[in-house]
Amino acid sequence: MMNNLLLAGLSVDAGLPIGITEGGSWLLRNVWLIPLLPALSFVGILAFGKRMPRGGSELGIAAVGIAFVLALLTGVTWVDHRDNSHDQEVHVAVVQFDDHGVGHGDGSDDGHAAAHPSLAVQRTATWFQAGGMEFSVGTLVDGLAVMMLVVVTLVSLLVHVYSTDYVHGDRRYTHFFAFLSLFSASMLLLVVSENTLQLLCAWELVGVCSFVLIGHWWEEKPNSDAALKAFLTNRVGDMGLLVGVTVLFFAAGSALPGRFGSFSIAETNALASSGMLSHTALLVASCGLMAAVMSKSGQFFLHTWLPDAMAGPTPVSALIHAATMVVAGVFMIARMYGVFFEGFQIGGSSINLMAFIGGLTTIVGACLAFVQRDIKKVLAYSTISQLGYMVMALGVGAWTAAVFHLFTHAFFKACLFLGSGSVAHAVHSFDMKSDMGGLRKHMPHTYRTFMIGTIALAGLPPLAGFWSKDEILVGTGGWGLLGGTGGNGAYTLMLGMGVLTAALTAAYMTRCVYLTFFGEFRGHGEPHESGPRIIVPLWILAGLAIVAGFLNLPTGFQLAPGSLQERFGHYVEPVAGYFPAISHATPSWSLAIVSTLVVIVGISVSGYYYFVKVEAASKAAGTSLTELADGPTTRYSLAAMGYKLLDNRYYLDHLYNGVIADGTKGPLARLAYRIDQQVIDRSVDVVGETAVKAGTVVYDRIDQLVVDGAVNASGSASSVMGEELRRVNSGKVQSYAAILFAAATILAGLLIVIV
Amino acid sequence: MLLNQFLLLSAVLFSIGVYGVLARRNGVLVLMSIELILNAVNINLVAFAAFRATVGGEVFALFVIAVAAAEVGVGLAMVLLLYRSSRTIDLTTVDRLRG
Repeated sequence: MMNNLLLAGLSVDAGLPIGITEGGSWLLRNVWLIPLLPALSFVGILAFGKRMPRGGSELGIAAVGIAFVLALLTGVTWVDHRDNSHDQEVHVAVVQFDDHGVGHGDGSDDGHAAAHPSLAVQRTATWFQAGGMEFSVGTLVDGLAVMMLVVVTLVSLLVHVYSTDYVHGDRRYTHFFAFLSLFSASMLLLVVSENTLQLLCAWELVGVCSFVLIGHWWEEKPNSDAALKAFLTNRVGDMGLLVGVTVLFFAAGSALPGRFGSFSIAETNALASSGMLSHTALLVASCGLMAAVMSKSGQFFLHTWLPDAMAGPTPVSALIHAATMVVAGVFMIARMYGVFFEGFQIGGSSINLMAFIGGLTTIVGACLAFVQRDIKKVLAYSTISQLGYMVMALGVGAWTAAVFHLFTHAFFKACLFLGSGSVAHAVHSFDMKSDMGGLRKHMPHTYRTFMIGTIALAGLPPLAGFWSKDEILVGTGGWGLLGGTGGNGAYTLMLGMGVLTAALTAAYMTRCVYLTFFGEFRGHGEPHESGPRIIVPLWILAGLAIVAGFLNLPTGFQLAPGSLQERFGHYVEPVAGYFPAISHATPSWSLAIVSTLVVIVGISVSGYYYFVKVEAASKAAGTSLTELADGPTTRYSLAAMGYKLLDNRYYLDHLYNGVIADGTKGPLARLAYRIDQQVIDRSVDVVGETAVKAGTVVYDRIDQLVVDGAVNASGSASSVMGEELRRVNSGKVQSYAAILFAAATILAGLLIVIV
Repeated sequence: MLLNQFLLLSAVLFSIGVYGVLARRNGVLVLMSIELILNAVNINLVAFAAFRATVGGEVFALFVIAVAAAEVGVGLAMVLLLYRSSRTIDLTTVDRLRG
């Protein structure tokens, strides 16, 4: 197998460059402080929160606030590091295989050498040792990690501030803030993870926190059910994560001489990118990791927990959907991209598992969003759809576009969720059809921010969603008309799915906005605008939803100076050994115009239905209607069937609960009952009867004669002895002393005789 | 150096002490006799230390003196309490713990 052994100790150039450095400035080497702060605040809130004047929330806000400032500073430092770093690069000794083209590895290495390398800053410490292996824990800081740090701390900070109003007076206020802190800490730990083992731990921590927070109001059965569902669905995928991590560990070990395995993310990626790991291992690992992504990031068909997770308080939903929980899966793909890129052979292909699942999820989620009454569920399915977009983008090789979409999506989705929370705060319900409508007059700030978030999500220029969505569409490389766009392959199907979803997204958000803010108010009482602690975070997020897109203006975009183009991609996308050599698509004006037209068509169709026909029908009927009495679903049987299918969420829950769970449970239960009755019960009976017989014999023979006799004899013996010894106990001190001295004399005499 | 004389002195003191402890009826005198026994030991310790030219014995003697001081403190307190409760310090009359 091995024909070429390269040892790192010989010279700096020997071995595989993995694109990391162990130098770097102080902030980049000490990012562990950022997860540590909220973790400390978790402990602090649990210990002292109840005794604090604001129930511990001030501690959480302070910790996350400081973490945010640190993350921003780290971001600034990274920008400097990216352009000016001349740190020594770390190499690893590797075994090169015969059956994998050495030329392949060399080719990609040359590509990296030509560009200015963006060395990630890695710092490790020993975690524990077992069986001669050293398990490390540490931080791997590159553009991706820094970007995630900023997004997570920012959204978390705003959610913390928002929550002080939203859950004000809650029965577990302190507890809520404690777990909000732990949630942020786990996610921050996840994004700076240096190895897959650490990533796994953080991943599970995130899962536990989501469980606790979704079930925050666990006294009501649906809420605790939703929490359990989220946790258990995630367990399914976590099996895949375990498999993937294990396979990668041993696969990396086979390429590293003298090493048993490696959990290091950078090493594994670098080995995968240079073609030194077997393709089978990478494919198995990719599929395993993909299962984890499907459960965590709500991809079709493990997405069913996400809408139910709306049972949690709205700030938690915002945190889960924008920054912490669900993007963990997308982040993991982006982090392990070397593995996925090779495992699914993304370059030069036209379809693969990841792109297909992502594409399917976008459409599936978007369709489901049409039939929801609950405003938060509309947003939940929208998140599923947008996550599908990101996974699809990663699947087609548009790494930067996916990560950029994650970035912009975090802002506008958090804005929408917090906006829906603000609405629910005012009308005390999440039901759009029965309790909302006409709120734009009552809640002007919420209305405006929600509209900004909606337009950003729908993807109209120049708001954030347009830029990131357009980059994904371009990145599919499927735009064959008018010159083509390049990219990693010809993913025409994914382009079609993306464009279709763009139209659907625009349409269902139009519906959502109409039902919530237009028409007449259908609820009870007089809704009021929320307080400043809710409005200010909304405006901050809305502002970011407007401007975030300008960070990554496409290259060749003639309306902006060259120095402002592709800034996000330049600083976030690694140009290093641990990152595959992906090719970038050329932006296309024609595609941008077409996708914008598609969005406008989506808005127009939906707008015509709601703003023209439903509005007219409402006027005629004199009330505020939410749908036409005689619509497509009543006129066409196919549409009615489709509606029923969507209304039942594709019957997936029936499949999981009814078919799979009951099918397993019923026969298993019967079998277990039979075993219980015939095997276990009978043996218990036999044992019992035997024991009774043996007990009788033992009582008659041994207990009565031997044991009782011995006890009686010892009793009378000690009684006699006590009588005798009573006399010695005269109570006179001096007679005791005499005995003492006599005994001492005898002992001294014995000593002399013996010695 | 003659060790014998010291050991002899010590033995005599010890014997006087033992006699006092066993024969005297006055509680305070019994305590004093215990002091004699302890000091007999001290003499032995110091004599052997000087004989073997080490300081270990002397250090122990200092400890014994310190412990003796504490012991006398406790002992006198007990005699005082005994006097308060039974108006006597005659040890032969005190036998309330008789079995």
